Amino acid sequence: MTDNTPTVSGSEASEAPRSAMARFLDSDLLHSFLSSKVTVLAAFTTVVLMLAALFAPLVAPFNPFDLAQISIMDARIPPIGMEWSDPRYLLGTDDQGRDLLSGILYGMRISLAVGFLSVAFAAVLGISLGLISGYVGGRTDAIIMRIAEVQLTFPAILLALLIDGIANGIFGNIDRETWAIWILTFSIGLSFWVQYARTVRGSTLVEKNKEYVQAARVIGIPAWIIMIRHVLPNVLGPVLVIATINLALAIITEATLSFLGVGVPSTQPSLGTLIRIGNDFLFSGEWWIAIFPGLALAILVLAVNLLGDWLRDALNPKLR
Amino acid sequence: MFGFISRRIAMALVVMFVVALISFLLFRFVGDPVNQMVGIETTPEQREALRQRLGLNDPVLVQFFRYVLGAIQFDFGNSYQFKQPVADLIGRRLPATLELSFASAIFALLLGIPMGVYTGLNRDSWLSKMFLSVSLVGISLPTFFIGILFIFFFSVTLQWLPSFGRGEVVALGSFWDTGFLTISGLKAIILPAITLGLYQMTLIMRLIRAEMLEVMRTDHIKFARARGLPNRSVYYIHALKNTMVPVITITGLQLGSIIAFAIITETVFQWPGMGILFLQAVQNVDIPIMAAYLLLTAFIFVFINLIVDILYVVIDPRLRTERGRA
Amino acid sequence: MSILDIRGLTVEFPSRKDVFTASRNVNLSVDAGKILGVVGESGAGKSTVGNAVIGLLENPGRIAEGEIHLDGKRIDNLAAESMRKLRGKRIGMIFQDPLTSLDPLQTIEFQLVETIRLHLPLSKTEARAHAVDLLDQVGIPNPEERIAQYPHQFSGGMRQRVVIALALCADPEVVIADEPTTALDVSIQAQILKLMKRLCEEKNVAMVVITHDMGVIADLTDHVAVMYRGDLVEYGESKQVLGAPKHPYTQSLIAAVPRPDVKVHRFPQVDYIEGSAKPFKQIDIGTHWLGKARDYKSVDGPLLDVKDITMKFLTKDAWISKNRQYFTALDKVSFDIHAGETFGLVGESGSGKSTMARVITGLYHPAGGTAHFAGQELTSLKDKKQVLAMRRQMQMIFQDPFSSLNSRMRVRDIVAEPIKFHKLASTNSEVNQIVDDLLEHVGLGIAAAAKFPHEFSGGQRQRISIARALATRPRFLVCDEPTSALDVSIQAQILNLLKDLQDELGLTMLFISHDLAVIRQMCNRTGVMRHGQLLEVADTEDLFDKPQHAYTRELLSLMPSMDGLSRQNLEEELA
Repeated sequence: MTDNTPTVSGSEASEAPRSAMARFLDSDLLHSFLSSKVTVLAAFTTVVLMLAALFAPLVAPFNPFDLAQISIMDARIPPIGMEWSDPRYLLGTDDQGRDLLSGILYGMRISLAVGFLSVAFAAVLGISLGLISGYVGGRTDAIIMRIAEVQLTFPAILLALLIDGIANGIFGNIDRETWAIWILTFSIGLSFWVQYARTVRGSTLVEKNKEYVQAARVIGIPAWIIMIRHVLPNVLGPVLVIATINLALAIITEATLSFLGVGVPSTQPSLGTLIRIGNDFLFSGEWWIAIFPGLALAILVLAVNLLGDWLRDALNPKLR
Repeated sequence: MFGFISRRIAMALVVMFVVALISFLLFRFVGDPVNQMVGIETTPEQREALRQRLGLNDPVLVQFFRYVLGAIQFDFGNSYQFKQPVADLIGRRLPATLELSFASAIFALLLGIPMGVYTGLNRDSWLSKMFLSVSLVGISLPTFFIGILFIFFFSVTLQWLPSFGRGEVVALGSFWDTGFLTISGLKAIILPAITLGLYQMTLIMRLIRAEMLEVMRTDHIKFARARGLPNRSVYYIHALKNTMVPVITITGLQLGSIIAFAIITETVFQWPGMGILFLQAVQNVDIPIMAAYLLLTAFIFVFINLIVDILYVVIDPRLRTERGRA
Repeated sequence: MSILDIRGLTVEFPSRKDVFTASRNVNLSVDAGKILGVVGESGAGKSTVGNAVIGLLENPGRIAEGEIHLDGKRIDNLAAESMRKLRGKRIGMIFQDPLTSLDPLQTIEFQLVETIRLHLPLSKTEARAHAVDLLDQVGIPNPEERIAQYPHQFSGGMRQRVVIALALCADPEVVIADEPTTALDVSIQAQILKLMKRLCEEKNVAMVVITHDMGVIADLTDHVAVMYRGDLVEYGESKQVLGAPKHPYTQSLIAAVPRPDVKVHRFPQVDYIEGSAKPFKQIDIGTHWLGKARDYKSVDGPLLDVKDITMKFLTKDAWISKNRQYFTALDKVSFDIHAGETFGLVGESGSGKSTMARVITGLYHPAGGTAHFAGQELTSLKDKKQVLAMRRQMQMIFQDPFSSLNSRMRVRDIVAEPIKFHKLASTNSEVNQIVDDLLEHVGLGIAAAAKFPHEFSGGQRQRISIARALATRPRFLVCDEPTSALDVSIQAQILNLLKDLQDELGLTMLFISHDLAVIRQMCNRTGVMRHGQLLEVADTEDLFDKPQHAYTRELLSLMPSMDGLSRQNLEEELA
C-alpha cells in the first residue's frame, strides 16, 4: 500500500504477450551482464578454458599420457623466450619431458571433471534434503539440520582427507587409478552439500508459507508434487549462485588434495598434481613447472568466481 | 538466557558424542588394528591373545565406552607408524599449529573487519573497488599456491624470510615450545601466517560488507537518518552492531576451520605442526592418529561455537529475555 | 504564513530505459498546528513528496523542479550536512512500520537520549528527564521504568508511540507521518490518531499525514491533497473536498470507499480508474461450463456446520511432550453457514479468523471439534478420493495477490492446474477453452493466459486468483481478506466481481476481513472474533444496529466516521 519504490504499475492486459527471446533480450539480467566488462571477459575466459579442456586431445600439441611422445632428454626445458628454450614447447617441459601446455590442458580436464561432478553431487543431495527439511518440517527437519550441524564441524578439506584416508584403509592401494577420481568427487561433494541444504531449506520455509503453495494445497495437490513443481523452481535462484561459487571451490579443493598427494594419482595429473611436481624444482630455478599450472588454475577459478559474484549481485533484487 | 546457553551446551555435547562415535568406528573398523600392530610371523594364537588383551572381543558398546573414557583422559592408543602413544605425538606438535593458527586468525580479523566495514559503507569508492578486486583474487588463488608464490618471491628471490620451519623455539614449561620469543621464530611465522590467514580475511571482509549493505537498507537506519543522526552514529552505533550476529557466526566457523586449513600451510612451509602428522597418517592409514585428530579439531570447533553463542546473548537483548514481548 | 511551503515540486527517478516522474508540479502548504493529509493510491507519488521534504529521496531520485520552503527559507537546495541538521531538529518523520523503525539492539533510553542530545544542549541527566517526560506525553505508562527496555519488549502500538516520541524530541516545527497507522489494528489506530491530533494542537506542530485511508483523512486532517499518478488533482479543506469533490478522480475514489454506515448493493462503476474491468459478461449458467457438473446434492440444514473447533500452535518445542508450549489460536468456535449466503468473520490481527479459514479448507488440522460440510465430517476425512472430492467443492481466495500466484508459471498453467489435477476436462484443447472462458469471465481477456503473473497489477492478479478458484467449479468459496492488500478503487471492483459471481453461480461464501465497512457491504451474517473466540454472531445489519457484545460495540465505535464523505454516485445503490 505504500509507494516508496516507484513502479510503473500494471502493464495493460490487452498488450500481446512477448516471446521468451524478446523478453530475455530486454531483461535486466542480460543488460547487467553486458554492462560489466569484467563479467563478459570472465565468461569468455571460462568458456574458452572449458572448451580447450574438453577438446584437449585436439587442441594440445602433445599427448602427455603417450609414452612414445615423451623423451626424458627433453626434461625441464624452459618456456619460449628464455635461454635453452625449444620452440616445440611453448611453456617448457616438466621433469619427465612432458610438454607443460599439453599437461595443463589435460590436467584442467580432470580438474573440471571433478569440479562439475562433485558440484552436481553436492547440489542434488543438498537440494533434496533442504527441500524435504524445509517443507516437511518438524522432527525430519530437526534431524537433517542436526546432521548438517555436525557435518559443519568438519571443514571441507578435512572431510575430504578423512574420506580419502578411510578409502585407502578399506580398499588398500589396489586399483587406485580407477576409483581415485570417484572417491575424490564423492568426498568433495559430500563436504559441500550442507550449504545447499541450508539455503534451500531457508528459501523453502519462506516459500511454503506463501499463498501460492497454500492455494495448491487447497486444490488438493499432494506434497511431493508441490515441492517439485511449485517450490523447487522458486528456490533455485540462490542455488545457482552457490553452485557457481562452489565450482570454483571444488576445483581449488581438488587441486589442494592433489597437491597434498592424496588426490588423483600422478599417472593422470591434474593441475594440483602438476604444481606438486613443480614445487620440488622451485628452488633449483625451474620455476615454470609450478607457476604455469598454478596460473592456469588461478585464472580458471578467478573467472568462475567473477561470474558467481556477478550472478549473486544480479539475482539479488535488493541491490538493484 | 540460561535456557539458551544450556541448550547450546547440550547441543555441543551431542555433536561431540557423534564425532566420538564416528572416530571410534574409524578406529575400530577401518582396517584391523591387530594386523597393524603385529608382524607377519605372529601366530593366530598370539593374535587372538592380543585381541583379547586389547578388549577387541568385548561388546562394541563396551569398547565405545572404553574409547570415550580413554579420550577424556587423552588416551587415544598407539600410532601404527610410530608405535608411540598418539597423545604424545600430537601434544608435541600442537603448540606449533596453535601458534600458527592464532597468528593467522589475528591477521584475518584485524585486517578483514575494518576492510569489510569500509567497503560496506563506501560502496563506490575506488579503494573499495580495489579491496574487492584483491579479495576476489585472494579467494581464487588456492592457499598452497599463495604459499608457493610467497616462497618464490620472499625466500628464493629476495631471500628476506625463511621458507621452512619455525626458527628457534623457546620452551615454556615442559609442554609448550614457543616461536614468539625469538627473532628467527617471529620471522619464520610471517609467511605461513599470512598464507593461512589470507583466505579467511577475504571471507570475513566480504561477509561484513554484505551484511553492512543489508543493514543499511533497513527501516531503523532510515529512521535514524530521519532523526538527523550523523553518519558516524548511524554507521558505528546502529549499523555495525546489527551486522554483528551473522558476522560472528561465520567468523566463528572460519576460525574453527583455520586449524584444518593449517594442514596445507604446514605442508608448503614444512611447519612442524600436527597438520603434517595428520597428512602422514592419511597417507599411511594410521587410523589412531586420524581418529584423535578428528576428535581434537571437532572439540576446538565446538568450543569456538559455544563462545559464539555466548557472544550472541551479550549482543542481542532479544535472546536475553526468554519470553518475547511484554 | 505557512511553515512548510512546497512549490511546483517535480521528482524524477531516472532508470535505464526512461525517466519516471514520481510527482509532477505539486503545490502544497501547511500552517502551524494544522494537519494536512496527502491521500492517494499506490503509485500516486505521495510518499515521494514526504521523502523529498525531509531530503531522503531514495536513489536515484532527484528533485527536478520546484522549491521547498521551511518557515520562509528555501531548504531543497541545502547541502547534505545542513539538511541533516534540519532533520529531527526542525522536521520530524514517522514511518509506517513500528516493528522495524527502532534499532532492536539499543534501549529506548539510548535512542531517545542520543537524539535529544544531538539537537538540544542538554546534559545526560536532563536529556533523560526530557525523554521520560516525552514518553509520558505519548501515553506510555511507567515511563521511568520502561525507558530502560528494548524495543522488542513493547507491543506494536506502544512502539509507534516511542517512534512518535523520537520524532518529537527536539520540538520540530513540521512532522511528516508516512502511513503512521497502516500497520496497526483498528483499535490501536484510533488511539494513535487521537494522540497525533492532541500533540499537533499542544505543540503547535504542522503535520503532513501521508495515507491511502480515507477514514484517516476524514478523522484527522484539516486540509487534504488528493494525488493520482504523480499529479495533485485536488487540494482544499478536508470537509469541502470529502463532502463535495470536484475532480472526477476524487469523486470515484470517494465513491469506492466502503461505508460502515450504509450498505450498497454494488459499488458504483467508475471509469476513471485504470485497469478497470470490461463490463461483466452475463452467462447462461445452464449451458456454460461453469454451470455444468454442478450436480452437487442439495443439503438440508447448513452447508457448513462448525462445532467446537479448537486449534493450537506449538510455540516452544521440546522432546518431552509436557514441556511443549502452545498458543491457542481457536478456542471452541462454533457456527454454521447456509447454502447461498455469505458469512462474515471479523476481528483484529491474532483473532484467529484466518486460522479458521485454513482449518475449513484443510490446511490445518484442528486439535478438537468437528466440521461438517454437506453432511460429511471434514476433519477426520482419510479416504483420498473423498478428500479430493471435498477439495473440489471448496476453494479459497487469498489476501496477498503478489504471493498467491506462482511467479514461475504462466497464467494459463496456473488456472489449468486444478482442472487437470481433478481431471475436469478430457482434452488439452478443452482445458484451454475453459481457461480462456474463465479469464474472460473475471474480466481479464484471453491474452492474459500467455503471460506471467508479474506482468499484472495487484487487482488483475486477484482476478487470476479468482479464476483459479473457480476452475474446480466449487460451491463454497473461502475469501481470506481478499481485498485488504488492494487499493480502494480496485477493492471496489473485486468486491463487485465476487458479488456478481455469487449471484450467478449461487456460491456460498465465508468472507474474512478486518474491515467492518467491507463486511457490511458483503455479508448476510457476521461473527465477531477476538483472541481465538467467537464472541457474537448476528445478521450483519443487526450487528451494526444493535451490537450485543461489548467488544463489538468498541470496534464499531473505533471505526473512523465517514459521515462527511460525499454520497454522490451512491444513491441508486443504497439498500
